[in-house]
Amino acid sequence: MEPVIAIEMKNISKAFGSVKANENVNLTVFNGEIHALLGENGAGKSTLMSMLSGIYTPDSGSISILGKEVEFSSPKDSIALGIGMIHQHFKLVDVMTAKENMVMGSKGIALRGKQLTKEMQAICDRYGLDIKPDKKVYEMSVGEKQTLEIIKVLYRGAKILILDEPTAVLTPQEIKRLFAILRNMKEQGCAIVIITHKLNEVMEISDRITVLRRGQSIETVETRDVEVSRLIEMMVGKKVDLALEKPHCCQDTPLLKVDGLYVSTKENKHALEDINFDLFPGEILGVAGVAGSGQKEICETIAGLLPAEKGRIFFENANILGKTPRDIIRLGIRMGFIPEDRLGMGLVGSMDMVHNMILRDYPNQPGFFLRRKESTKKAERLVEQLEILTPNVHHPIKKLSGGNIQKVLLGREIDSNPKVLITAYPARGLDIGASYKIYDLLNEQKKRGVGVLFIGEDLDVLMALCDRIMVFCGGKMTGIVNPEEITKEDIGLLMAGGSLEKGVQS
Amino acid sequence: MIPLKIVKRDDLPRNKAMLIRIASVALSIAFAGLVIALLGYNPITIFTSMVKGALGTKIRVQQTTLKAIPLLITSLGILVAFKMKFWNIGGEGQIMMGAFAASAVALNLNLPKPLMLLSMAVAAMVMGGLWAFIPAFFKAKMGTNETIFTLMLNYLAIKFVTYLQYGPWKDPAAQGFPKIATFSKEAILPSVGGVHMGWIIALILVVLVYVFLNHTKKGYEISVVGESIETARYAGMNISSVIIISMLLSGGLCGLTGMIQASAVEKTLSASLSANYGFTAIITTWLAGLNAIATLFVCVAFAILVQGGNYIQISMQVPASVADMIQAIILFFVLGSEFFLQYKVTFHKYFKVKKEAK
Repeated sequence: MEPVIAIEMKNISKAFGSVKANENVNLTVFNGEIHALLGENGAGKSTLMSMLSGIYTPDSGSISILGKEVEFSSPKDSIALGIGMIHQHFKLVDVMTAKENMVMGSKGIALRGKQLTKEMQAICDRYGLDIKPDKKVYEMSVGEKQTLEIIKVLYRGAKILILDEPTAVLTPQEIKRLFAILRNMKEQGCAIVIITHKLNEVMEISDRITVLRRGQSIETVETRDVEVSRLIEMMVGKKVDLALEKPHCCQDTPLLKVDGLYVSTKENKHALEDINFDLFPGEILGVAGVAGSGQKEICETIAGLLPAEKGRIFFENANILGKTPRDIIRLGIRMGFIPEDRLGMGLVGSMDMVHNMILRDYPNQPGFFLRRKESTKKAERLVEQLEILTPNVHHPIKKLSGGNIQKVLLGREIDSNPKVLITAYPARGLDIGASYKIYDLLNEQKKRGVGVLFIGEDLDVLMALCDRIMVFCGGKMTGIVNPEEITKEDIGLLMAGGSLEKGVQS
Repeated sequence: MIPLKIVKRDDLPRNKAMLIRIASVALSIAFAGLVIALLGYNPITIFTSMVKGALGTKIRVQQTTLKAIPLLITSLGILVAFKMKFWNIGGEGQIMMGAFAASAVALNLNLPKPLMLLSMAVAAMVMGGLWAFIPAFFKAKMGTNETIFTLMLNYLAIKFVTYLQYGPWKDPAAQGFPKIATFSKEAILPSVGGVHMGWIIALILVVLVYVFLNHTKKGYEISVVGESIETARYAGMNISSVIIISMLLSGGLCGLTGMIQASAVEKTLSASLSANYGFTAIITTWLAGLNAIATLFVCVAFAILVQGGNYIQISMQVPASVADMIQAIILFFVLGSEFFLQYKVTFHKYFKVKKEAK
C-alpha cells in the first residue's frame, strides 16, 4: 500500500531581514513514520516547523496537509488540521492538575471532572502513556511533564506531532520511555517530526531523515541506509574528524577543594546538598546531570556570585567561600568563568570587543578614569590568536556568530592566565566545527596545568573529553566516575538519582 | 491581512540613516505647512517668522537661551539615569525639590552672594539627589518599578510646594496673594552676556557628563548595569551602589535646574516652576541618542521651536494651539523616523509569488 503523505512542504522560503532562514526547503512526511529533522543550530529547523505550526508565514512555497494545500494565518488553523507542536520549554501551569492542563485553551465552558478523567484515560490507554489525571504539575518529573504535553496535543486531535529537541532535558532512561511512546504513536498511524541535533538518537528512533544546512534542505535519506559520518558530512558540508584527544593528566595536590557545600534557593530549598570534590591541576572534571540539577549553582558559588549556606571552598588552601567576585580578583586568585548565558552574563552584547575586555581589566586599573589602550591591544591579540571573525575590535559582539562570541569570552578568560577554569556548556549552540575548536582550547589549557571544570550536556562528549565525571541529580552529587570504566547507561542511572554498585570513585 | 511586511534592520549604512533623518524633518515641515495652509495661514510666513522669533534679534536669542538652559541641564540628569536603563521620569519632582531646598537657603540664611549661591546650589543638588535616591534605594534593595515610583514622587513634590506657597511660606507682604517672598539680591544668579550664568554652567556640565559617562570607570559601570545586570554581577560590580550613585547624580542635576530656575528666572519658589522640563527632557534625551554632546544641540533646537512658537502667537495672532501643533508634528515625525531606522517596511510579497507559481 502506498503510504499517505501527511505533510508536504514545497520550496519553502523565509527570510528575516537579510538572513535567509529557509531557502527552497522541501520536506515530505508520511503517516506512520518518525521523521527526523537534522541540522546544526541556525540551520533553519525551528523556522521550518514554526511555519508548519502557523507561527510564521512563509515568504514563498506551499504547504499541503494530507494532500490539501493550506495557508495558515495563526497557530489555531494548524491545530484545527491536527498538527500539534511540543516545544522545548513546557507550557504548563504548575499549580493545576494534569487533566486541567490538558483542556486548557481548548473550547468549552465547564470543566467536567469525571468526564475529563475518562477522556484522559482513553488517550493514555490508546497510546500506552502513563500519567495520573489528578496529579499536579509541580509534583511531576520532567519526563511526566513532557508526557503531559504530548497528551495535551493528542487531546486536541493531533495526528501530526512535531517535537522540538524533546530529549534535551531528559535522562537516558526517560529518553527510552519517550521513544517507546513515539513508536507506539507511529503504530497508531501518527506522523511524527522530531527536531534534534543528536545523531545517535536520530539513528535510533527515526525512519527517515531530512538534513538542513544553512536554511536549505540537503537531502532526505532512509535511516537504515545511512551512516553517522555521512550525516555529519551532510550537516556540516565537509568531512569532520570527530576524534577528541585526551592528554594524560597528572594528579598531585588539588587546586580547588569543595567541602560539604550547601546552597539554598530563594524558596529555601536545597539547590546544592553536601557537595564534595577536588579539582586537580591539569585535569578536566566533567559535570553531568539533567538540566537544572545544580550545575548553574555550583559554578556561581565557586565564582563568588551565589552565597552558600554552609561548607568550604579552598583555592590552593585558602577558603574563598563568602568572597565576592571583586574580592577574588583583588586577592589575585586566578580563576576564569565561562557562564552558561554568554551574552546575558559573561559579556555585554551591545558593546564591542574592547569594552568586553575592559570588563575583566578595569577593576585592576588605578585611578578614576577608564583606560582602553591595554584592552584594545588584548582584543587585537585575541582576534589574531583565536582567529575570531569580526570586522574590527570595535564591532558590537552580538553581531558576531555564536562560535566567535564564545571565542571572545573564552579568549578573555584564558588570557588572564587562570589556574582554574569553570566552563558551563561552552559548546552549546555552536556548530560542530566551532565546538571542536572550543574543546581543543580546553585541552590546551589542561596541558598547561589548568584545572578545568566542564559542565556538559552531551554524554558522548563528556566521556571523550573528561578525566573524571561528576554526576549531579537534584542538587546532590550521585557519584564521581572514571569514563573509561563505565557505560553511558550507568551515568544515566546516576543522573536519575540511582547509585552504582561498582565503579564508583571519589 | 495587511500586505505590509515589517522587518528589523540589522545594519544601516550611515548615509542612509542620515537620509532618513533629513527626510523626516523635511516631511514634518511639509506636513506642518499643509496643516497651517488648511487653517488659512501662509506656511512660509509662519515658518520664517518662527525662525525670526527665535533667533532674529539679540533679545530673542537670549529668550531662546533662557529656555534651553533648564532643558539642557535636566536632560543631562535624565541621561545619567537612562544610560543605566533606569527610567527616571521624576525630573519634575527633582527640579521642584531642588528649587525648594535652594529657596529654603535663600529665604532663611543671610550670606554674602558667592557663598549664598554656592550653598543654594549644593542644597538643591543634595535635595534633588535625595528625591531620586528614594526610588533608587527601593529599586536596588527590593526591585520596585522606578517608572511608577519616580512619576508618583513628581506629584508629591509639586503638591508639597503648592502647600508651602498657599500655607506656611505665603508672603505676608503680598496682600493675601498666594506667592512666596521674592529672593534677596544675594540669592540671584548674575548675568553674563545678557543671560544669567546658567548657560555657562550648562555648557560645563555637558563636557563633565560626557567625560564621566564615556571616560571613567564609574561611567563604564553604569553602562554595563544598563545593558545587563547579570553581567555586572559577573564582573563583580556593586550593583546597588552603581544604581544609587547614578541616581544621586541624575537627581542632583535636576535639582540644580530647580535652583537655577528659582534663583535666576522666577526669583522665588512657585508651584509652576518646573514647567514640564522634567518631561520634555525625556524627549530631548532620547532624541539625542543618549549622548551628552548631542543633547546640547537637540535642546537648543527644541528651545528654538518653543520660542518660535511663542513668537508667532504674539506677533501674528496665531492661536497657541497652532504653535503647539507645529511642535507636535515635528516631534512626531522625528521620533517616528526612529522606527524606520530600526525596521524596514516593504509590501508583502507572499501573494505575488503565489500567483506566479500557479
